[in-house]
Amino acid sequence: MEFLLKPLTLLTFFPLLGVLLILFINAEAKNIIRWVALITSLITFGISLWVLAMFDASNVNLQLVARYDWITVAGWNIQYFLGIDGLSILLVLLTAFLTPISILSTWTAIEERVKDFMIFFLLLEVGMTGVFLAQDLFLFYIFWEFTLVPMYFLIGIWGGPRRIYAAIKFFLYTMAGSILMLLAILWLGIYGGTFSVPDLIAQGNIPADIQWWLFLAFTAAFAIKVPMWPLHSWLPDAHVEAPTAGSVILAGVLLKMGTYGFVRFNLPLFPEAAVRAAPWIALLATIGILYGAMVSYAQADVKKLVAYSSVSHLGFVMLGLFAMNPQGIAGGILQMINHGLSTGALFLLVGMIYEQTHTREIKVYGGLWKITPVFGSIMLIVSLSSMGLPGLNGFVGEFTILLGAFGSKAINNTAYAIASALGVIMAAVYILYMFQKMFLGPQGEIVDEVKKHGHGLRDLNWREIVTVVPLLIFIFWIGLYPKPFFALMAPAVEHLVGMLPIP
Amino acid sequence: MIPVEYYIVLSAILFAIGVAGVLIRRNALIIFMSIELMLNAANLAVVAFSSVLKTFSGQVFVFFVIAVAAAEVAVGLALIVEIFKAKHSIDVDQMSSLKG
Amino acid sequence: MHLSESVTTGYFFLAPWLVFAPVIGLLINIIFGGRLSEKAIGTVASLASGASFVVSVLLAWSLAAGHGAAVTVPFLEWIHIGDLELDWAFRVDSLSTTMMLVVSGVGTLIHIYAIGYMHEDVRFKHDPGRFRRFFVFLNLFIAMMMILVSGDSYLMLFVGWEGVGLCSFLLIGFWYDMDTLGRPSWANSNAAKKAFVTNRVGDFGFLIAAFLMFWAFGSFQFDEVFEAAHAVAPGVIVAITLFMLIGVAGKSAQIPLYVWLPDAMAGPTPVSALIHAATMVTAGVYLITRSAELYTLVPQAQYTVAMTGAITALFAATIAVGQYDIKKVLAYSTISQLGFMVAAVGMGAFVAGMFHLVTHAFFKALLFLSAGSVILGLERGHHHAEHAHHEKKPIGKSGKSKAESGHDEHEVFDPGDMRNMGGLRKTMPVTFWLYMIGTLALAGIVPFAGFWSKDEILLDASRHYPAVYILLSIAAFFTAFYMGRQIWLVFFGEPRHEAAAHAEESKPIITVPLMVLAALSLLGGALNLPFEGFHQLGHWLEYTLHEVEAFPLNLQVAGVSTLVALFAIFLSWLIYGRNPLKAGQPDPLKKPLGFIFTGMENKWFVDEGYFAVIINPFKKLSYFLADVVDWRFWHDWFHETVIAGTYNWLSNIGLNLYADQKGIDAFANWLGTATQSLSATLRKVQTGFVRSYALSVLLGVVLILGYLIVK
Repeated sequence: MEFLLKPLTLLTFFPLLGVLLILFINAEAKNIIRWVALITSLITFGISLWVLAMFDASNVNLQLVARYDWITVAGWNIQYFLGIDGLSILLVLLTAFLTPISILSTWTAIEERVKDFMIFFLLLEVGMTGVFLAQDLFLFYIFWEFTLVPMYFLIGIWGGPRRIYAAIKFFLYTMAGSILMLLAILWLGIYGGTFSVPDLIAQGNIPADIQWWLFLAFTAAFAIKVPMWPLHSWLPDAHVEAPTAGSVILAGVLLKMGTYGFVRFNLPLFPEAAVRAAPWIALLATIGILYGAMVSYAQADVKKLVAYSSVSHLGFVMLGLFAMNPQGIAGGILQMINHGLSTGALFLLVGMIYEQTHTREIKVYGGLWKITPVFGSIMLIVSLSSMGLPGLNGFVGEFTILLGAFGSKAINNTAYAIASALGVIMAAVYILYMFQKMFLGPQGEIVDEVKKHGHGLRDLNWREIVTVVPLLIFIFWIGLYPKPFFALMAPAVEHLVGMLPIP
Repeated sequence: MIPVEYYIVLSAILFAIGVAGVLIRRNALIIFMSIELMLNAANLAVVAFSSVLKTFSGQVFVFFVIAVAAAEVAVGLALIVEIFKAKHSIDVDQMSSLKG
Repeated sequence: MHLSESVTTGYFFLAPWLVFAPVIGLLINIIFGGRLSEKAIGTVASLASGASFVVSVLLAWSLAAGHGAAVTVPFLEWIHIGDLELDWAFRVDSLSTTMMLVVSGVGTLIHIYAIGYMHEDVRFKHDPGRFRRFFVFLNLFIAMMMILVSGDSYLMLFVGWEGVGLCSFLLIGFWYDMDTLGRPSWANSNAAKKAFVTNRVGDFGFLIAAFLMFWAFGSFQFDEVFEAAHAVAPGVIVAITLFMLIGVAGKSAQIPLYVWLPDAMAGPTPVSALIHAATMVTAGVYLITRSAELYTLVPQAQYTVAMTGAITALFAATIAVGQYDIKKVLAYSTISQLGFMVAAVGMGAFVAGMFHLVTHAFFKALLFLSAGSVILGLERGHHHAEHAHHEKKPIGKSGKSKAESGHDEHEVFDPGDMRNMGGLRKTMPVTFWLYMIGTLALAGIVPFAGFWSKDEILLDASRHYPAVYILLSIAAFFTAFYMGRQIWLVFFGEPRHEAAAHAEESKPIITVPLMVLAALSLLGGALNLPFEGFHQLGHWLEYTLHEVEAFPLNLQVAGVSTLVALFAIFLSWLIYGRNPLKAGQPDPLKKPLGFIFTGMENKWFVDEGYFAVIINPFKKLSYFLADVVDWRFWHDWFHETVIAGTYNWLSNIGLNLYADQKGIDAFANWLGTATQSLSATLRKVQTGFVRSYALSVLLGVVLILGYLIVK
């Protein structure tokens, strides 16, 4: 019983309660199912706030630990081990925050098999929260793989026309990387005699050459998830085919599992290898930033544009993490949150217009600001946040990352930061391109097209406004007063930097 | 006091009737009742021994069996109702294929 | 007692209200604007901006009372991580208050003017919702500009810096669904995007400068940076100052990033006046003045800045000569004048630069707003003419709206084209006189404000940088010439279009703010007269800039510049005034100058050059990367054909056909056949009857029990 009452256990598995309830509801009672799912996720968010209230930012160790022996046979020591620290708390909060918003966004968008959808969605939340909380490698791996299953079905059942292809590609691609990670995890478990991450870090006596291979194996799994250039090929497919809520969670949280993996495992477990790899990762990240931005600009499909912009944004995150100084890493973590908020919001907004027009082709839009002023204004704010306008959240992250990368001793080359700063210009190019072609200019053909089939385009309704406004609040809050967010992670980040053998 | 053998014999007879019922009858409900009969035959034997040996464990077992039997009835009857819906009959010989 | 107390403490605590006042104004208009009348919306916005002005005055007064000692007003922590410590803090010193006064003062006047202007605009362009949006953006601009000038660190300055860029984007693209003539088009939104992206290029330079600064000095705070700068290798400072120059070039429209400013005239005229003439574009000048202590350390960088400014001044002035749009002329004139300012601050003549910034804000705002008044007058005239036209032929067309029928019958009328004007001094006398004052100030004629400030710049240049002096003097010649050309074309001669003949004078809400600006343009020179004991602005800025050179009036320099200006005006009279342009007649300069005039007319084809060298290659590369590299090569070919294909081949051909079918399959098939025959026998047992299963269970039990008993 004590096990169940641990706050982190509760936080992780509470959505299962909702799943259980939904199982007993008639599949035709769609609204009841939606409400149950929404309330479950809101309570989960409440639990995450409770965890936040108990969290002590000045303590760099794991907190609120729930640790029990789980599988202890044949010298294996696998534990049920959850814990939270400054590196993960923001991501846990983000997960708990985005889930109700995504559920709210499906209110009218998902009409078929609502019951199954909500069950998968809540299961997905369990998996994601578990990934961010697990401190035992084996447990982590289970959660990590577990998230694939609901996402596979979310894309494969409720997705667009090529959903099966996208779902399988997503699954196989991620799986392929994970296998290597599993091997590395097993090696660590056998060699170190424990799967517990803090214990392994404390032992820290992995020979340099083996460290390098283990680092690469972990990197394979995480880099695909991020995705780092050039392993991003699954992302546009998955994003384009996924339903709106799936895209939000995919961009908002699932991609962060990759970047989080780097912070949680690659840096502290294999510090020498990480420092050695830093310039290479920085190179890939920089290419990703520029490549993603350029490819975004050439997209005709707005969802694809946003998908490729993720490649660019996550390049920034990776650059920050491997700058290996407090500015870079803290900026990287904050940028994970920022990307979750602004790209999440972008996908939500695109989904809202898609619901009315059933097309994602940019060129059929135009002049929407006049017809839907509220929608246009919110889109503008979110776009500006995405392109890093000072005063909004994107800037704080990007600026600290670039600042960190510029002075990074691990990367030791200002060229990467300068080239990446060019990405800031390109972000303006593709974001403004999108905003202009959809919201400015003369009225697009879609407006009349929609009018033919009904009442014509409408502005956001109250439910939709309620869905995006929380995101807007954080967009402004982080932009203007990011102190509380930095305060949560700063000690942990500085502790992490202290562990790295930077030249 | 009635000797324990009497109980055993009665129990054996009840059990045999149950077995015969299950084997011979085609009506699912009757089969079901026969199964109940066998279970209760076993119960009778167990309580009898428990009373002779002056232990309570036998009685505890019986409670378990009754509980399981009740659960079984619930599931079984539900199944029969579903089968009746599908086949408009509860003749077990009609149900000789796995696919409904 | 009470007074002395407020002198020592001052009103510095009010500094955040510089920003809050306009923010509150815009929030009111966002939330309640839907229910407010046009007048109320405009009043709220003007009051908000006016409140900012009042705060600026109070701050300036407190500062003067405290003998100009700079004050930092901390407000909120911003980014604190590692050794990076950034705060929201306001800096009140003589430099920032000067900017505050200009921004909020001119800003408030323009707010008031815009109430009248936008009312007319809404009438002509049929969209009542725009009124509120316009004032929200305008207030946002004031707030951002205040952050820019009052920030205590380079980063806070940068927030305002990009913020005003955003406002500029929003306001240039204000009529986002049309071009400048009101036809449905992408033109205005393209201009807006161009401005934002070009500014971002400049911001990129600013960012790099900021990174260098942080890793060299460990701070973004002005005082700490300046203090640390003396101990740092000059190479780093050269890099910082030159990267900063990129930022300046973007924001203050200098070569090579000036291209966005002429297109920015797509925005409403009050915007052109406020943002693209008086305030925002001078941010670069402010930035260099603010960084005076860095620039003075590195003369190489100073020289680069001065030359950039001087070349821009001349280059833009030549283009202005070949323009026909009344606002485009002023736009290039603004670029040119910004060149003067940048050259001045580059030479280290910070006071002269700031002085010119202030006077330019007055007279250029005056010119733009008067141009707006002219445009409105012409639109009204056009309206009348159309009306008269319709009354003459009242047949049909009644079903169509006026705008549409206008499109049908005529070529689209351009109220900003000077070739459609002429003779306006009779129909719009007030505007004419106001325009004259602005022109004389810009041309640098004694005793208008522009004369004193420009003269100070030229004087400084003549002492230190002869090359800059010559470039600027030629630019001054062109300035007087194109302004003369404009006056003759717009206000003299005969109307070349019906609309000009029917033009009407504007209402007082438009002309009164203009009169205030005209007074300032006339008397603004008094701020810093070049006579002993009169360098007020110089002394005021000395508090911040420490050393200020103050030269007495040099009659030679002043005389030359006045003569040059007068000669240029005379020349323009010879060409445009003596024989006024007739309708449909080409520009009289076209023939004698030939291809040179074609170059001026077409902005020396710089835009085309950018398209050919940067924009088109970028687009092509993007499409190449997206389509060929990412999609066809990487997504389709590599993933589908190579990975998935190889896998399929292996599983189908390699494994399936050979290993599987011939090897494993053969065994499996045998196994299968064996099992099949076995199960065929056994299947008979599986009757599917529950009773037979039950029987077999019973038999099994009996057998087992029997075995146990027998054993």
